[in-house]
Amino acid sequence: MGENPIISLQNIGVSFDGEAVLNHLNLNIRDGEFVTLLGPSGCGKTTTLRIIGGFVRPDEGDVFFNGKRITDLPPHKREVNTIFQKYALFPHLNVYENVAFGMRIHKKSEKEIRKTVHEMLEMVSLSGFERRSVHRLSGGQQQRVAIARALANDPKVLLLDEPLGALDLKLRKDMQVELKRIQQTTGITFIFVTHDQEEALSMSDTVVVMDKGFIQQIGTPQDIYNEPQNAFVADFIGESNILDGVMHEDYLCEFAGRRFPCVDKGFAPHESVDVVIRPEDIDVMPPSEEYLTGTVTNVTFKGVHYEIIVDVKGFKWMIQSTDYQEEGALIGLRIQPDEIHIMKKSEYSGTFGDYSTFSDEMEEDLASSEEVEREE
Amino acid sequence: MKAKAVSAPYLVWMAIFIIVPMLLVAYFAFTDSSGAFTLDNLARVGQYSNVFLRSIWLGALSTAISLLIGYPVAYIISHSSLKRQSVLIMLVMLPMWMNFLLRTYAWMTLLEDSGLINNLLAAAGLPRLHMINTQGAVVVGMVYDYIPFMILPLYSVMSKLDPSVVEAAQDLGADGKRVFLRVTLPLSMPGVISGITMVFVPSVSTFIISKMLGGGGNLMIGDLIDMQFLGSAYNPNLGSAISLVLMVLILICMGIMNEFDDGEAQGGGMML
Repeated sequence: MGENPIISLQNIGVSFDGEAVLNHLNLNIRDGEFVTLLGPSGCGKTTTLRIIGGFVRPDEGDVFFNGKRITDLPPHKREVNTIFQKYALFPHLNVYENVAFGMRIHKKSEKEIRKTVHEMLEMVSLSGFERRSVHRLSGGQQQRVAIARALANDPKVLLLDEPLGALDLKLRKDMQVELKRIQQTTGITFIFVTHDQEEALSMSDTVVVMDKGFIQQIGTPQDIYNEPQNAFVADFIGESNILDGVMHEDYLCEFAGRRFPCVDKGFAPHESVDVVIRPEDIDVMPPSEEYLTGTVTNVTFKGVHYEIIVDVKGFKWMIQSTDYQEEGALIGLRIQPDEIHIMKKSEYSGTFGDYSTFSDEMEEDLASSEEVEREE
Repeated sequence: MKAKAVSAPYLVWMAIFIIVPMLLVAYFAFTDSSGAFTLDNLARVGQYSNVFLRSIWLGALSTAISLLIGYPVAYIISHSSLKRQSVLIMLVMLPMWMNFLLRTYAWMTLLEDSGLINNLLAAAGLPRLHMINTQGAVVVGMVYDYIPFMILPLYSVMSKLDPSVVEAAQDLGADGKRVFLRVTLPLSMPGVISGITMVFVPSVSTFIISKMLGGGGNLMIGDLIDMQFLGSAYNPNLGSAISLVLMVLILICMGIMNEFDDGEAQGGGMML
C-alpha cells in the first residue's frame, strides 16, 4: 500500500433539492486499499461513490486523483470503473462483448481483447460463457460479468455500489471471499459501499462509517468495533449496551450506580460520557454483591450463542453467552476493566438506549429494509 | 378450458371482422363481375406498377423523415423531468384528437398558391413557391399526420431504458457519441422498428392526403383502390386484387425489417 492517497476528497458538500446530502466530507484513500463506506440508507455513501465516479458533481469541494484535480472531469475520462448495484450489463451484447466493451472503446487490438476477455472470465470463473446472452445468466453470474467488465478496463480504482445486495446469503458470502481474493491478487484499490456491517468488517482494510452526510468514524474494522467514536457507531456496528456514565478520573468510571476501573483516560474530571459494553464481553456469574445483578427476562437461541436480556434496575442489558440461563433467574454480570469502552457525549447520546425496546428496534429494522427496497 | 371459454367471444369477433373480410378480398380478387374464377384482375395490377412504386417511394420517404424528426423528439422527451414528459407527450398526441380530414384541409390552405405561407412570403418580399399538388406536399401531409405513431413507440422504449446502462458505458470510457452509437441506439431499435411499421403501412396505403395535397397527378395506391370501389372506374374485383398485392408487398417489407431487427439485436455492437 502506498502512502500517498490515490483518491482524495476535500471538503465535499452536495445537496439535492436544497437538502444537504454530504457535508464537509474529507476522505483520503491510499493506493491498494480495500475501503468500505458503511452506513444506513440515505447516509450519503452512494453519493460519495458517484462523486468519485464522476456521475455527481459536488456543489463544493474538490476531488483529487493521484494529486491531480478531477472535479470537472467527465466519467469517461476517469481511471476508475464502477460495478453498479444492478450490474447494468448491456442487454444487447453477449458476455464476451460486455467484457470487451471498454477495450473496444479504447481501440485495443482484437488479439489483445480476446486474451484479456478470456483472462477476466477465467478470474471470475465464467470460462465458456463467452457466447451466452446476459439475459440467460443468474444474478451471481451477472455480477461476475460486471466485475470482469470493469476489471478488463484495467482501472486504478474500482468502485462497488452495494454489489452483493441482490444476492442470497450463501452466494453473498462466496462473493465476499471472491472479491477480497480479486482485490488482493490485482492490487487494485477497492471502494466498496454497503449497509451490511458484517460485510464491511470482514472484507475491508479501512471502514468509513457514515450517517446523515457526515463521516462518523474512519478506522480498521478492529478499531471501529472495539473503539467506536460515538453512540451511533457503537450501535450500528454489532450489538452494544450503551449507558450514561461519568468519568471521575483517569481509569475510573461510574455507570449503573457503581464505580468501575477501566482503561480509558484523558477526560475532564467528572465528565459525562457514554459507556459501551459489548454483549459478548459480559461474563455471567452467580449473583453477589461484587457484580451487577439482574433478572433474566428473555432468552433467544442464536445457534452459536444465546442472546440473554437481563433487567438490572430497569436497564435491560444484552448478554451473549454459550451457557443457557433460565428466564426469571437472578444472575450477576462481571465486567472487566478492558471490556469497558468510554466515548465522548455526541448528538447521538441517548438515541440508543437499552434493549427494553426490543420490538421497537425490530420495527425500525423493518422500516429501513423497506426503505432499501424503495431505493431499488 | 376456462381460458378457452373466455377467449371464445374474441375468436368469434376476429373471425367475423378480420378473417372473413380478408377471405372476401381474396375471393373478389380471383373472380370477375359474374363470379367466375379469373386471374385477369391480378394481371391488370401490373399496369399500375408506377403507382405502386410512387406509393412505396413516398411512403418510405415520409417514414424516413418521420424517423429523423421523431427520434430526437422522443429522445428529448424521455430525458425531461416526469412532469414535463406528460405535457410533451400530450402535445404530440394533441393533433390526433382533431379530425384527420380537417388537419389535411388545414395544410391545403397553408400550402396553396394563394395560401398562408405564400402570402407571408409575398409580404416579406420573397418569391412565391408552388407547393400544393406536388409530391412534396403529400410527404409533408403524411409526416404531419403520422409522426405521432413514430414518436410514441420510440418514447416508450427510450423511457424504459435503464439509465445505469448508459452510466456503465460512460464509466467504461465512452464519450457522448459512442454511448449513443453503441448503447442508446441499439437498445432503442425495437422502438425504431415499430415506429417505422406504424408510419410506413398507413403512408403507403393513404388516399385522402394524396388526393387533397397531391392533386390529380400524384395518384397513390389508396386512391386507386378508392376509385375502384367508389369512383368512376367502378371495379371491386380489380380493387380487391390491388389490395391483395399491396398487402403482400407490405408483408414483404415488414419481413425484411424484422430480419434486420434480429440481426441488430444480436450483433449490433460488433457492427459499429
